[in-house]
Amino acid sequence: MRKWIALALSLLMLLPVLATAEGVKGEITIGIYEPASGPNGAGGKQETLGIYYANFVQPTVELSDGVYKINLVEVDNQSSNDKAVSAAQQLVSAGSSIVLGSYGSGVSIAAAPTFNEAGVVAVGISCTNPQVTLGNPLYYRICYLDPFQGTVLANFAMDEYAAKKAYTLAQLGNDYDVGLAHYFTEAFKGKGGEVTGETFPLGTSDFAAYLTNAVNAGAEVIFSPTSTEFAAQIITQAAANGVKIPILAGDTWDSSVILDAAKGTELSVSVSTFFDEGDTSSKAAEFVKGFKEWLNANPDKLANNGGNDIVAAVSALGYDGYMVALEALKKADSGDRQDIADIMAEVTYDGVTGAIVFGENGDAVRDQAFIKKSDNAAGAWTFVKVQGVEK
Amino acid sequence: MSDFIRANLPYLLAGISVGGQYALIAIGYTMVYGILRLINFAHGDIFTVAAYLMVYMNATMPLYISLPLTAVITVLLGFAVERVAYKPLRDAPRMSIMISAIGVSYLLQNLMWYVTGGLAKQYPVIPWISSSVTLLGATTKMVTLVTPVLTLVLVLLLTQLIRHTKIGMAMRAVSKDFETSKLMGIKINGVISVTFVIGSFLAAVGSMLYFSNYTAVTPTAGAMPGLKAFVAAVFGGIGSIPGAVIGAFIIGIAENIIKAMGLTTFSDAFTFALLIIILIFKPTGLFGEAVHEKV
Repeated sequence: MRKWIALALSLLMLLPVLATAEGVKGEITIGIYEPASGPNGAGGKQETLGIYYANFVQPTVELSDGVYKINLVEVDNQSSNDKAVSAAQQLVSAGSSIVLGSYGSGVSIAAAPTFNEAGVVAVGISCTNPQVTLGNPLYYRICYLDPFQGTVLANFAMDEYAAKKAYTLAQLGNDYDVGLAHYFTEAFKGKGGEVTGETFPLGTSDFAAYLTNAVNAGAEVIFSPTSTEFAAQIITQAAANGVKIPILAGDTWDSSVILDAAKGTELSVSVSTFFDEGDTSSKAAEFVKGFKEWLNANPDKLANNGGNDIVAAVSALGYDGYMVALEALKKADSGDRQDIADIMAEVTYDGVTGAIVFGENGDAVRDQAFIKKSDNAAGAWTFVKVQGVEK
Repeated sequence: MSDFIRANLPYLLAGISVGGQYALIAIGYTMVYGILRLINFAHGDIFTVAAYLMVYMNATMPLYISLPLTAVITVLLGFAVERVAYKPLRDAPRMSIMISAIGVSYLLQNLMWYVTGGLAKQYPVIPWISSSVTLLGATTKMVTLVTPVLTLVLVLLLTQLIRHTKIGMAMRAVSKDFETSKLMGIKINGVISVTFVIGSFLAAVGSMLYFSNYTAVTPTAGAMPGLKAFVAAVFGGIGSIPGAVIGAFIIGIAENIIKAMGLTTFSDAFTFALLIIILIFKPTGLFGEAVHEKV
């Protein structure tokens, strides 16, 4: 009797082998290098959702010698620059052919040498700091850069609010925050404005004094390109302390966390971002519809998106990032790291966030950003305009 | 003059409010130190656990149940930590029990990390104390005004308890001389448990006030206020309750004045520089009693 059970069990174990043999040639591993915890955890999860949705739409890739199944491997870099390198090494040793991520520039900058040494191409999805790709030939990126974003927001502050004085608030030691605040300041001053800049240390939760400083400095607009965790604190405390200065921020604030915090207040919060949910172009509309259905079908995924089905721009970018990786695999016609590295610069893709063509330093050529403003009654974003830099 | 007040009152209000919240945590540190000569490093994490309890319970039950229940569970947690991690080490060298405290702190932090996934949670809105009020042209939350009052009331009650009740007398005796009180028939374990219960209760109240103001709860949200409350307890003279309260208010206000002067980056550095200076020049703090070595 026992023999029969043993035989049946071992036959069962053969089943998956038979299954893969049928139609699928093998597996190619794509690494997901994203934060799932820490200050950037919420955004990282949304970006990861976009990647998984893309994998749901396109679970395989067809190369000349057959169809390969895509195997996604995920690590949590914990939004922390000192955890970044070991997380990156984990992906390298898991045999990733190509790596996607991260949300947050600091961790991408920290991990870039690791990917470079291993010869793995990394595709930055929403890391906007120039340092990510500069000097790292294997790091590519599909979003716009901070010097561009800072200028866009400085233009917007002057056009929309006729602001002459701005106050910037960034997290000390955070490459994204400090970098974007710097480029905003440069652009704003270049147009004849005045800027007061301050930084706060990690772990700060009392922003009342900073907000009072902004009021006392006579700022007409507050620019705070922080992570969403601090953003929620800044918004609720601005509302509680009766600060009515409009708040501007970069792509990180395009999150339902911000909408929840601003809901019911009188604050005006505007962000620049990569994608607008209300975009009516067929590709974008199709993505939004499909992504929402996919989210709503699974409570866990909905929870990872912040408990609602509002489509974050980083999810759309995550989707495009995965598709770019597939294009690269097709173009290289292999899952080999060196083959991918050789052709990566020539990969193009027409994504839901617009056309992606790699230019200088492996950065995608992008010349426009979407500006959205929070509608505090409905708890949703309203599209304001598409803003470029030329004026 | 009115412009000056309008410009600077928010700093002072924020300072007093955060000072009051530090004070409620600092009392827990200072009482445990007074009795056990132990710095209970897990105290800041108990403060954070209280916040998470509130977040999760408020999602399923009304406020008039979740508020008291949070306080009760926090107290039980403080009690349990003492029984499990500190009591078995009663006769061990003081260093062992301190290391055990650090262990508990990390255990709690990582448990919270594991259970919550590490993302910030929004603290529930407690009606009335979360509403906005305007004072002399400065708008702030009600909790800012409630905190110092509530802190002072609780401290007064506590000092009455310590001065005029039997358990208070036992606590004073134990803190004076551990061994002798044992010989005099005081049930040491009971007294120590009561200390942890009071400390944890105040941490729970402090957590409600603190997170009503600063609404993002993360597993490490309590680390910074915990450390600063510890500095406050040392500054005021560890072991002394009025010392801890005054120390906490001074630190809260000084921090905000430093931010007001535009030295925002240094406000945390100031607190810890103060700790070093105090330890060098007046190790007993403002109100601490000098330690007499007994032979």
